[in-house]
Amino acid sequence: MSKFKTFPKGGVHPPDNISGTGNRPIRNASLPTHAVIPMSQHIGAPAECIVNVGDTIEEEQLIGKSTGYVSVPVHSSIPGKVVEIKEIYLPHGKKSQAVVIELGGEFKRMGKPQKQSDWTGLSEKEIIERISSMGLAGQGGATFPTHVKLVLPEGKKCDYLLVNAAECEPYLTSDQNMILEKAEEILEGLKILKKLLSPREIIFAIESNKPEAAGVMAAAVEKSDLDVRIDILKTKYPQGAEKNIIKSCTGKEVPSGKLPLDIGMVVLNVETVYSVYEALVFEKPLVERVVTVSGGAVKAPETFRVKIGTTYRQLLEECEGLIEEPAKVISGGPMMGFGVFDLDTPVTKGTSGILFLTKKEVKAAKQTSCISCGRCIQACPMGLNPSDINKHSLNFLFEEAQDMGLLDCVECGSCAYVCPAHIPLVQSFRMGKNQLRAIMMQKKGAK
Amino acid sequence: MLDLILRTLYGFISVAFLGSALGFGLAIAAKKLRVEKDKTVEALMGHLPGLNCGSCGYAGCEPYAEALSSGSDSDITKCKPGGAACLEGIGQVLEREVDTSGPRMVAQVHCRGGEGTAETRYRYKGLKDCNAASILFGGDKSCQYGCLGLGSCMQVCPADAIDYDEQGLVWVDKNKCIGCEKCIAVCPTGVIKMIPEDADVIVACNSKDKGKDTKANCSVGCIGCQICAKKFPDAGYKITDNLSIVGYNDRGPGRADAAEKCPTGSIIVLDEK
Repeated sequence: MSKFKTFPKGGVHPPDNISGTGNRPIRNASLPTHAVIPMSQHIGAPAECIVNVGDTIEEEQLIGKSTGYVSVPVHSSIPGKVVEIKEIYLPHGKKSQAVVIELGGEFKRMGKPQKQSDWTGLSEKEIIERISSMGLAGQGGATFPTHVKLVLPEGKKCDYLLVNAAECEPYLTSDQNMILEKAEEILEGLKILKKLLSPREIIFAIESNKPEAAGVMAAAVEKSDLDVRIDILKTKYPQGAEKNIIKSCTGKEVPSGKLPLDIGMVVLNVETVYSVYEALVFEKPLVERVVTVSGGAVKAPETFRVKIGTTYRQLLEECEGLIEEPAKVISGGPMMGFGVFDLDTPVTKGTSGILFLTKKEVKAAKQTSCISCGRCIQACPMGLNPSDINKHSLNFLFEEAQDMGLLDCVECGSCAYVCPAHIPLVQSFRMGKNQLRAIMMQKKGAK
Repeated sequence: MLDLILRTLYGFISVAFLGSALGFGLAIAAKKLRVEKDKTVEALMGHLPGLNCGSCGYAGCEPYAEALSSGSDSDITKCKPGGAACLEGIGQVLEREVDTSGPRMVAQVHCRGGEGTAETRYRYKGLKDCNAASILFGGDKSCQYGCLGLGSCMQVCPADAIDYDEQGLVWVDKNKCIGCEKCIAVCPTGVIKMIPEDADVIVACNSKDKGKDTKANCSVGCIGCQICAKKFPDAGYKITDNLSIVGYNDRGPGRADAAEKCPTGSIIVLDEK
């Protein structure tokens, strides 16, 4: 048995490729001359744009109003003037309204001494309100509104607060670099969350391939008065998936169709914890994030602190450009990320990395027929039968696919990674889920 | 020798007895245990086409007949593949007035943009399924309204009426089409529309973009230039949302001439295709 904790079923071991950008300081990316800020950077209802073309905008000014409970506001990352409001495509394939701001004017915060505010006097409700008004959304990539995660349902108690620093996606090192530089701030963020949730135990989970970051965190915990259990997890993909990391650390399982909150768990990405710290201590909205720019086609891979709305093109230029033509440009990690076709796509709250992968790295191959070898079943961390679900979903049998667990698929891509026939399984599941949603809507409408 | 004959005879007799006994039993069972079938359902089944295509919204022809017979569904026009004859038959059985004056409707793909004519934004290498492609930035075509050409409609078509034509574009064979509208339901871009079987022309474009954008995206798209509507005012062309729509009820002169004058060639005379 391995000495590191892990989840029992499935998982794959892609090469992690983190040596290029890991353990190196985070560099501040230069300011964008034009920031393209989408209104829909989170799961849930898109924010409502409250500025017009020609308006002068201050740094961190609210430009998109939250439109519901599962929605978050959007703030401007730079001061300047609104030059355009247009529809753009986001990496996940959907359209969103976006505000284009031309840089100009004076910064309120950047480059000035920062005033700390005292959060200890705030009530729980005020803390939640602050988190929600600062536009926080899960920065691991799924961008679930943070305030929704933190409100415990009546009568429910939080047993564990789990900080997810597994960063199981290959290439990505933004969380790792963040821990190396901001361990104390992250702990301060945890103190705020501890007051809010009063969990029985705080667990900090990190994969075994990042010993330096784990060491820095352990040293910081030692110095502080906060009690944090540091769990070193086996390096295995998808260790950082919410349901898997819960299983790895606590042995508990989130029932199908339920949220971690239902079993008393709150899981937050390490960068989100840092954003909680900034929101409470500096009253700073979420206007920048850490992004890894890497891949074999990039000349000088780097991890940047980037203003939201900066385009991929600009970040690529800061990495001194390309050394060869990339076969694919991916937003996010190579396993779960989305291919993008437009380098003018902006960095959003959920962009953890931008990868420029070479043909060799992509390992593109022709799709052949399924030989029913069952490797996908072995690889699935959710215990599903990807091959069967795929066949049903391709033959328009979406409800049958649902019975087989289509909605339990976390789209981690382990099945597609091991498939010897190179079948785009995840795409099929995404399509199936989409169609299923349409069927459900139709049924609701019919009733 | 006699022993052998007797034994053979014995065999014959016993099998004959068994057979007649069981046959008698079955005959009684058929009379006594008979499940009375609804006469109306049986009569309706005689008129329905029996394709079980599901376009009426029921699992097959029989469930639809049952729903009609029991009165839980009063709409007798749901069977599109059956056409006028089926509708008349149903009307007769249920003693209802029917209107069979409309023409038979068939599906057609209203897009002729393909390789060399329509611009693409990226190289699509995923699943050969239109709905899978459409969730990735609305498909690889720059035009959001066009045919994605991956053939989901061919997969669902119960009559095998849709195929790639000689130009590699998706086209419906109107003689095979049974009008079940399954392709319309599966198509993510809504580029398949119903037209009368005897349609003379179609505007083979679905783009509601402004003319400038359509032109940039596709060389055979309708740019809403209004030439068809203005030069041939009686021909039945009308521009809505930057797209020319041709009516089939009032077919004035100049319909084919408008096709000739169309600067992008998006109006197609169907007999010539």
